[in-house]
Amino acid sequence: MDFRFSEEQTMTADVVRELLTDVCQPADLRRLMGEGAARDEGRWAKIVEMGLAGAMVAEDKGGLGLSAIDFVQIAEACGYAGLPEPLVENAGVALPLLAAFSDNSRAAALLERALAGEVTVTVAHPANPFVADADTAEAVLIVRDGAVHLVETASVAIVAQPSVDPFRRLFSVAFEPSAETLIASAEDAATPLAAAFDRGALYAAAQMQGIAQRCVDLGVAYAKERQQFGKPIGSYQAVKHHLATAQVKIEFARPVLHAAAAQLEQGDLYSRARISQAKLACADASDVAARTSIQVHGAMGYSWEVDVHFFLKRGIALTNWWGGNAFHRERVAARVFGAALGPEHTFAREAENA
Amino acid sequence: MDLNYTDEQKAFRQEVRSWLEKHVPATPLPSFDASREGFEAHRAWEQVLAEGRWGMVTWPENYGGRGLDLIQWLIFEEEYYRSGAPLRVNQNGIFLLGPTLMEYGTEEQKARFLTSMASGDEIWAQAWSEPQAGSDLASVRATAVLEGDEYVLKGHKIWSSRAVFADWAFGLFRTDPASQRHKGLSLIFFPLNAPGVRVQAIPQIDGETGFAEIFLEDVRVPAFNRLGGEGEGWNICMATAGFERGLMLRSPARFQVAARKLVDLYKAHEGEVEPTVRAAVLQSWMDAEAYALSIYATASRLAAGGHIGAEASTNKIFWSEMDIAMHKAALSILGARAELLRSAPEAGDIGRWLDGYFFSLAGPIYAGSNEIQRNIIAERMLGLPRA
Repeated sequence: MDFRFSEEQTMTADVVRELLTDVCQPADLRRLMGEGAARDEGRWAKIVEMGLAGAMVAEDKGGLGLSAIDFVQIAEACGYAGLPEPLVENAGVALPLLAAFSDNSRAAALLERALAGEVTVTVAHPANPFVADADTAEAVLIVRDGAVHLVETASVAIVAQPSVDPFRRLFSVAFEPSAETLIASAEDAATPLAAAFDRGALYAAAQMQGIAQRCVDLGVAYAKERQQFGKPIGSYQAVKHHLATAQVKIEFARPVLHAAAAQLEQGDLYSRARISQAKLACADASDVAARTSIQVHGAMGYSWEVDVHFFLKRGIALTNWWGGNAFHRERVAARVFGAALGPEHTFAREAENA
Repeated sequence: MDLNYTDEQKAFRQEVRSWLEKHVPATPLPSFDASREGFEAHRAWEQVLAEGRWGMVTWPENYGGRGLDLIQWLIFEEEYYRSGAPLRVNQNGIFLLGPTLMEYGTEEQKARFLTSMASGDEIWAQAWSEPQAGSDLASVRATAVLEGDEYVLKGHKIWSSRAVFADWAFGLFRTDPASQRHKGLSLIFFPLNAPGVRVQAIPQIDGETGFAEIFLEDVRVPAFNRLGGEGEGWNICMATAGFERGLMLRSPARFQVAARKLVDLYKAHEGEVEPTVRAAVLQSWMDAEAYALSIYATASRLAAGGHIGAEASTNKIFWSEMDIAMHKAALSILGARAELLRSAPEAGDIGRWLDGYFFSLAGPIYAGSNEIQRNIIAERMLGLPRA
């Protein structure tokens, strides 16, 4: 029993964090927004250069074979930076799912290019009503009646569905399934799709954890600077207590998130409940932190000029992406009402309790 | 990261479990705050624990412990709460003063006080607050004047948990009469039956006398009873408060067991309650789990040589607010039955939730109010300026 990250895991996340500090500041976000471009090609090239595209794909399939524990802090860093590009969804969700179908030659060929960083892939999962980043992706993995189809985005009609988050690019995809598009039957796809859902939910949670901390940090920086009644507003207890309350939410979402990452591979009742608990806790933290940050900024907080709204909006989007709160609460309920409870079951596995 | 217990840890859990199954009293003991009888029954239980060397498993063997690490302590606590064993009447001693003594005490002091603490022969109360020194603890006025090799204690302490029946108390005294605020304070132990000590019980919301005020009129104690140097009391006291809030006072198992009971209560009344109660029950379980996971993370960090910092304050806020929410959920499930006292013929087990609810209301106040904890988080974790 050792609930700590290895030095290597923390170092990898630090490298990503440093890169994003360098190339993904709010000024960069605003520039991208002004240009109306799908992504910042320079930044994306640097991210691709880090070789993380294959982070979560097994080594025998050409990836780095990392685990969720290695990736979770990277996803937090992406949330903290408000990264527009699909590092998390491509490397964390789409490519491991694609790799599960690498017996199929079309999937294998696409995987090779995606691992090289030449192209990205996106997923049309039934949990999500729209497809993210379909315009920049080379191909979409589409679920239809439980079976998985692989289609090139160039060959389908995509319609933009603008999001409140200026950096989320959502699309509806019109598509006719056929024998040519099919890469996995419903039976073969069930387990990989369930795993993809768990990864999607876990990394959405991780990004929200990053968002929450960013919102508190923005609020703290402003509260130190802004003076009223001759003192920084951060010296007043009313302001301090708001920010402390948000930080408590963050502190108690974090261990749940990290335990969920460690337990992800179990793929059982317990790990699913833990992932759902993490998503609920991180969504709560990001909600409280974003609203707190706006309040601490006063009228400035409600302005377009202050950066908090970017994080508020990403939090709103991710709260409902890969399952909303009601869905995840039911997965927790399945564990709470369906299996043994108590302190001796904190790290339980279905295999042990069968 | 490895969230699996080792075989050794699993075997330890079994050892604790089977010992507790053999020794935990079959019927619950009467409250240790309501009567001398209940207090002494709990002392007797402490002595049973000590005979099995389970009194304080993290302490060194020569003080009655087993020299175990914090993960093993967590496992012990999980089994302890799982078994329904009595609450620890000596919690002020073993969880608060004990670790502080271990760090700041001389060898002679440790030999004198730790062994009798672990054995349950001496039960401790704390004597920090005064009528004019609550959240502003640094404004302590009680004095200790050195005369030869004795201190003469004078003053008025209040909100002293367990003081009505306990044997000893530890408190903050001003040893330098000219000093201000945090300076010039010392941590001194005194027997509650010493000449010049008068203890006055204060009935609490629930009618029990869980705390008291202590009047000290020229109470003479040997200088040996001072922990740490003269004037170092404040820093030592803050270290004690760190342990109290941070880790030991409220072990996660307590809340995980409460969450399990809450789920059972919910299941028994599922058809009668509105959907918001179901959400509150699930949230209670999730919060108890989150607290447990957080403590496992802290224990892992401490085991690797880390220190406990401002997270002591985040913990205190989290468990105290969770405790209230859990009991509120239980009371809403019980509905109109919730008001029944334990003595009501039809109360059954219901009264426990009402008692627990009242006790939970004290959580955000004792061990440093949650407002003070929020100040600490804002200033020490977030770096906001002091007022």
